[in-house]
Formats: sequence, C-alpha cells, structure tokens
Amino acid sequence: MVKLVIVMKTLKTIDKWCKGCGICVEFCPKNVLGLIDDKVTVQNKEECIFCGQCELRCPDYAIFAEENNYEQAGFNARQ
Amino acid sequence: MASQLVEKYMRTEHLPHIWCPGCGNGVIMHAVVRAIDKLELDKNKVCIVSGIGCSSRAAGYLDFNTIHTTHGRALAFATGIKLAKPELEVVVIAGDGDIAAIGGNHLIHAARRNVGMTVVVINNNIYGMTGGQYSPATPAGEFGTTAPYGNIDRPFDIAALAAGAGASFTARGTVYNPAQITSCIQKGILHKGFSLIECISVCPVYYGRKNKKGSVIDMIKWQRDNSIPVEKAGKLPPEELKGKIVTGVLSQATYPEYTEEYAKIIEKVSGGINYEQA
Ligand SMILES: Cc1ncc(C[n+]2csc(CCOP(=O)(O)OP(=O)(O)O)c2C)c(N)n1
Ligand code: SF4
Ligand code: SF4
Ligand code: SF4
Repeated sequence: MVKLVIVMKTLKTIDKWCKGCGICVEFCPKNVLGLIDDKVTVQNKEECIFCGQCELRCPDYAIFAEENNYEQAGFNARQ
Repeated sequence: MASQLVEKYMRTEHLPHIWCPGCGNGVIMHAVVRAIDKLELDKNKVCIVSGIGCSSRAAGYLDFNTIHTTHGRALAFATGIKLAKPELEVVVIAGDGDIAAIGGNHLIHAARRNVGMTVVVINNNIYGMTGGQYSPATPAGEFGTTAPYGNIDRPFDIAALAAGAGASFTARGTVYNPAQITSCIQKGILHKGFSLIECISVCPVYYGRKNKKGSVIDMIKWQRDNSIPVEKAGKLPPEELKGKIVTGVLSQATYPEYTEEYAKIIEKVSGGINYEQA
C-alpha cells in the first residue's frame, strides 16, 4: 500500500505584525512581494518557489509558508 | 495564527514585539527557536536567560523556562541555574554591551570554567536600549552618542575573546544569513561545554542612523558583501580580512565541563550522598 500525500503550501501574511521594513520584498529572489501602505502584500503568487527566505528574514514573523498535508488513503500502487 | 514554529515556541499574546522595524533581534530569536525545534529538545528542559537591553527582551517573548535578569549578569544567573539543574539546556541571549562591557568579567570566567551553556550574542555594535552609546563592539572611528567625534577605542572580537578565555566552542553568523545562525546555534547546543555564537545584527535606528549606514536593507546587504566563510578566510592574508566578518564555526575544543567536574567533587567528598533525598 502506498500512501499518497499531497503537500499544499500557501503564503500567509499577518498585517497586524508587519512593520513595513521591506526586507522580505528586497530579498525575495522571485519578486513575489510588495508593500502597500507599509504592509507586505503578495503580488505575484504564481512566481513563489517557497524558498522560505522571506520567513527566515522577517524580523516580525509576519510572513510564512503554511503547509497543509492531504493524505489520500487506500491508494494502491498496482491499481 | 502565526507559523507553527512561532505558535509553538513564542508567547504570541505579546507579539508584535516592541523592537523597531527591521531590527535584527527578531531574526535571531527566530533562529534560536528553529535550532531548538530542529534538535527536538523538550521545551520544559530548556531555560532561556537574558540580562538587560533591547536584545535581552527576547526572554519575555520565548515560551520556555525563562528568566530576565539584570544588566551584564545573565551568565552569573545561568551558571547558578546550570549548577542546580545540570540536566537543563541553558541558553543565554545577550547584547554586545551586556556580554562584553558590564558583563565582560562574567564572560571570561564562565568561558574559563567551560560551564555547559550556549550563549547567543546579539551584536549590533551599540547600546540600543539606552539610545546609541558606543559599546566595546563599536568599530574604531564610528559614532555613538557618547562618541560624537568618533570612537577611539579598538573593538573586541567577542568570539575570539571568549575562545581566548577558554570557551570550547565559538561561531559567528549574520542576520543576512539566518540559516547559518541556526546551524551554528544547533552545533553550539550539541557541543558539551561553553559555546558562544556571535550573531552580527543590525540596529538601523541608533547604530545605522548615527553612522549613516542607510536603510536596514543597505545594512543587511553590507553584511552579505562583507562576510567571508572561515574556511576561505584561513587562506587570505590579514590585510584582506580587515573590516570583514568571518563566519562559521571558528573554534572547537574539548575541555572538562564545569558542572560535571563539580559533580565529581561532590561524589568524592560525600561518598555519593544524594542531597535531593537526604
Ligand atoms: C547596572 C546597569 N547599568 C546600566 C544600565 C543601563 N543600560 C540598560 S541596557 C544598556 C546597554 C544595552 O546595550 P546592549 O547590551 O548591547 O543591548 P542592546 O540594547 O543593544 O540590544 C545599559 C547601559 C542598567 N540597566 N543597569
Ligand atoms: S518563499 Fe521565497 S519566493 Fe516565495 S515569497 Fe518568500 S522569498 Fe519569495
Ligand atoms: S520582512 Fe516582515 S515586517 Fe518586514 S515588510 Fe516583510 S513581512 Fe513586513
Ligand atoms: S534601538 Fe536598535 S536594537 Fe533596539 S529595538 Fe530598535 S533597532 Fe533594535
């Protein structure tokens, strides 16, 4: 029996915690992020490669990738 | 909801923290919990000790056994905690002023004794909390409110100071590279004995403004462009290392660990009396 696990990653931001320093925007290798009214915004969601650099560098824990795992039970490799 | 890591190890009811926008303290505090998480340490077996300073406020945000002590004295408290409960992983978080100015004497002696603890130094090259006085880690020629014409002191190399005093593990990283800081802290915790990890931080508000370093992003880019891994630094002449940040594990040695030596003395003198039960 093979278990199929689908990992879904989504970028999450916390407006209340973001101080608008711009560090995540500057160091994102894919230009995914921007600032609007001094708050981080995800502007090119499709480009994100989930490298995790924004999460590592944000001094305020205001951006991170959330992981959701979905298990597909009963999946048989022979089928 | 914050990230799993933050929810698990921080007192989120106290967030957002009071540190200024871009301050390196938050990045280093995140690296500390990431290292602890990677090592799968039992939360209840970790004790975070800090002194006084912006950086020392980390103890209030972290959800472990924590103690926020007096300026410069974190290592004295940490030594007492480690001797009373050697099974605890004691992690000290301290600013450059806290550890190398008022706390300099505690630093050299805790290092000399090789007390089993991990010291995470947040070196922002200044006294942040009190408004930008120069510290023993402010480079010569730079400015502080107490050095309006430029600092004439030569700065300490905090990691080298600790190693010279007898610390058995020293390492250095920058907030430009939080993954490296995390890995150095992990190694420091695993190492038996006194470990010191010097984290080169950024204080954009006092150090940055006083010294016209530009934005916090400019300061972090400066770190990126001026860091040299220790393996490479060993092959370079000293002139080329001037003003550079040498990163990675800088020194590692095996010396007897203090609390173990102390336990041996108790064993020898008491013939194995268990004081907890006696
Ligand atoms: C015995 C004592 N002396 C002086 C002070 C004032 N004081 C508070 S924090 C600090 C220095 C802070 O610098 P550092 O330790 O580098 O931490 P940072 O704020 O930069 O993180 C000083 C001198 C104090 N609180 N207690
Ligand atoms: S995970 Fe990487 S690519 Fe995605 S937004 Fe963050 S820094 Fe950019
Ligand atoms: S690094 Fe964090 S605090 Fe700074 S702009 Fe990005 S999300 Fe906001
Ligand atoms: S004064 Fe400097 S060290 Fe203190 S919180 Fe602000 S940026 Fe950070």
